Amino acid sequence: MAQYTLNINGEQRTVDVDPDTPLLWVLRDDLKLVGTKYGCGVAQCGVCTVHVNGVAMRSCTFPVSGVGVAEVTTIEGLSKNGDHPVQKAWKQHDVPQCGYCQAGQIMTAAAFLKDNPNPSEKEIAAAMNGVICRCATYTQIKAAVKAAAKL
Amino acid sequence: MTQFKTHISRRSFFKSTVIVGGGMLLGFNWLSSCMREEDAARALVLPDEWFDINAFLKIGNNGVVTIMAPNPEIGQNVKTSLPMIVAEELDVDWNQVIVEQAPLNTDAFTRQVAGGSQSVRQSWEGLRKAGATARHMLVAAAAARWGVDPADCSTSKGVITGEDGRQLRYEEVATEAAGMEVPEEVELKDPSEFKIVGTGHGNVDIEKIITGQPLYGIDTQKEGMQFAVVLRPPAFGQKLVSFDDSEARKVNGVTDVIRFGDKIAVLAKSTWPAIKGKKALRAQWAVDTPLESTAQHDKAMVDLLDKRSEEPMRKDGDVKKAFAEADQVLERVYEAPYLPHNPMEPMNFYADVREDGVELTGPTQTPAGARREVAELLGRNESEITLMMTRQGGGFGRRLYNDPAQEAAEISSLAKSPVQLVFTREDDMTAGTYRPATKYKVRASIKDGQITGYHLTEAAMSSHLYGSIAHFFPAGIIPNFLFEAHAVESNITTGAWRAPHTNFHAFVDQSFFDELAEALKADPVLLRLDLLEKVKELQDDRIQYSPERLQGVIRLVAEKGNWGKAPEGVYQGFSAYYCHNTHVAELAEVVLNDGKPVLKKIYCAIDCGIVVNPLAARNQAEGGIIDGIGHAMYGDLTFSDGQPSYNNFDTYRLIRMSEAPEVEVHFVENDIAPTGLGEPPFPPAAPAFANAVYKATGKRLYKFPFVKELEG
Repeated sequence: MAQYTLNINGEQRTVDVDPDTPLLWVLRDDLKLVGTKYGCGVAQCGVCTVHVNGVAMRSCTFPVSGVGVAEVTTIEGLSKNGDHPVQKAWKQHDVPQCGYCQAGQIMTAAAFLKDNPNPSEKEIAAAMNGVICRCATYTQIKAAVKAAAKL
Repeated sequence: MTQFKTHISRRSFFKSTVIVGGGMLLGFNWLSSCMREEDAARALVLPDEWFDINAFLKIGNNGVVTIMAPNPEIGQNVKTSLPMIVAEELDVDWNQVIVEQAPLNTDAFTRQVAGGSQSVRQSWEGLRKAGATARHMLVAAAAARWGVDPADCSTSKGVITGEDGRQLRYEEVATEAAGMEVPEEVELKDPSEFKIVGTGHGNVDIEKIITGQPLYGIDTQKEGMQFAVVLRPPAFGQKLVSFDDSEARKVNGVTDVIRFGDKIAVLAKSTWPAIKGKKALRAQWAVDTPLESTAQHDKAMVDLLDKRSEEPMRKDGDVKKAFAEADQVLERVYEAPYLPHNPMEPMNFYADVREDGVELTGPTQTPAGARREVAELLGRNESEITLMMTRQGGGFGRRLYNDPAQEAAEISSLAKSPVQLVFTREDDMTAGTYRPATKYKVRASIKDGQITGYHLTEAAMSSHLYGSIAHFFPAGIIPNFLFEAHAVESNITTGAWRAPHTNFHAFVDQSFFDELAEALKADPVLLRLDLLEKVKELQDDRIQYSPERLQGVIRLVAEKGNWGKAPEGVYQGFSAYYCHNTHVAELAEVVLNDGKPVLKKIYCAIDCGIVVNPLAARNQAEGGIIDGIGHAMYGDLTFSDGQPSYNNFDTYRLIRMSEAPEVEVHFVENDIAPTGLGEPPFPPAAPAFANAVYKATGKRLYKFPFVKELEG
């Protein structure tokens, strides 16, 4: 076990875990930030996506020992009042069905739109392709990303 | 308004059938169970005091109304749509409603199940009566206070207005209302009066979902709880001989290793050490029952396709004679593999088995079954067990089976500790209850330009067709008709998977129909409409669908999708299918990209009666269609020596955004009682696509997954 002081959603949080523990499980089990979801554990489905220094990262294969002083943002910290443009667009379009993957979708979309504020439909599909939605809410995800770009 | 019997009497309402009026008399206290729900959902000011009206609702002293969502929410939107139905008849402002997930309560609620697209259909009347009964009692209380006839009072948005214009808010008469006599008959609104039903309302959990609040079973974390991950036999047919847990116990955070049956649970302080501990286990397995492989299944199913059943599901006339006398006989074989369900939230369950009671919390589509099975397993009374349902990260049929609840209970019982059992994705995909691999042989005879015989045989793994599927179109209008189904016994567990059997039968039936139309040189849409005209003349009680409604969706989608008028380079395919009580027709548009067919768009027309929540209905249709295409294109699971071929998303392919077609959904408008949407839009998608692929390429598709044939 080792101690790590992490910068999570703007707060310093100290945890005592094995170095190989994926950031996902540190967030969920140690810090009780359960908004970041477990889907596959092999960085394939994208539902565990968080921002590390503003970049979308798969937290399920990212060991806590590699986080260092990087700024980690989870769905809980994306905005203070749930009013990030992507969150607002998600609400407007009533995107979720089961909702389980949506934190990963939202975090992916938010990082993508920061780099590409005016994307084409093709660019949206390419950016969002990494996150699986088993309910196949892709029609509304695409519409919401488009809408968020305009908010 | 029309009078409807409530079937609620003083004597019977303690064991109520559908709804229970006079919740106060029943001594309900749902405040205790769901406080968490009330914190967030919406920016409503919570009341200081609640008045319990009946099992479905309570009214706060500030006018806020809580409505219980009785059924499991797996993404089909019932947590929003069902309370909307209660709110409609209660006649309140939806913006003043808080929704709470009800726990399992078989005394108050009749069908707490997510399955078969039946939640809205089977709850519709009961939920309306629940709302209307409460409204009736509130009006009666106001009328009594004013000394007027209740018939002279009206309601709107939680306010009762007397003939003279006097007003009382629901909360002002709630205490008296709860003591009012439960009416034996209540007035239900005419659909033309609906203000909430038929209007799009967003998901009641949206705020929690988009801000990542705890909501799902896997988010359950309680005091003193341990996490458990289980090692199960790697192949169907294996049993556990022995194991060495010395390395597993060395993992930091692992607290215990417990064998139960042929499984080994690793318990830990958090999930990751439990996963690591499981990987560190060394187990020896032995063959218990034969280890099966797909090649052997394929052969067994093919053999059955030529076997005659002693109890056919439907038999009209003499198919043998029809085939012997035919001008032309068409015969085709269709094949589909096993499929895992793959809900994004892997199986999990929380159990706390104590001397003084058993607490279960988690995702299940059949909570009453979970409680019953756990009671049997532990030798406890069901009355000792409480079960709280969480929001569920998908179900698709997998959570109809309660092995996760059973395992969690058994581990908790052995560990004498509260336990949260979590399946890894690999566990979820390899310890499945799969969609059975299935094959069909279909034959039809044509004589003098008419279809004279139709013979369908199904062979499926550990399962076969059931219900009214044998009586779907075109049964009844073909004089010689035979419908048979066989199962191959296997030790690989199979079960219901979104639109059981119909998820593949629709493809078989509607692809074959396209070939029949071609053989008859008929337009497939006009041929359907013509044949459905003949269905109208039939006297056949076995036929459940409505030929008028099926014609309605066929005409609607043909119009919206410009059937027969595709622009150059666009190829159309058509399908129409009734299942799970809903009528659906779909039209697919395929284009060629470097000579390869690409699905661009699916038009869909649905007749599900009254559309309770248009926003959610749209979502169900869009998602169901893309899911239907995704699994027809990519879904594949084979077995080798009892072991599934894939165990995670690095090798198992699910549809992603760039592969999803555009979807355009239209609903038939009518006032018929609503039916479900979780399954019906799914089955017709694959055949519409395959029929369009044929137009584009001249190639017929007979086998799921299509990707093998299309991408080679």
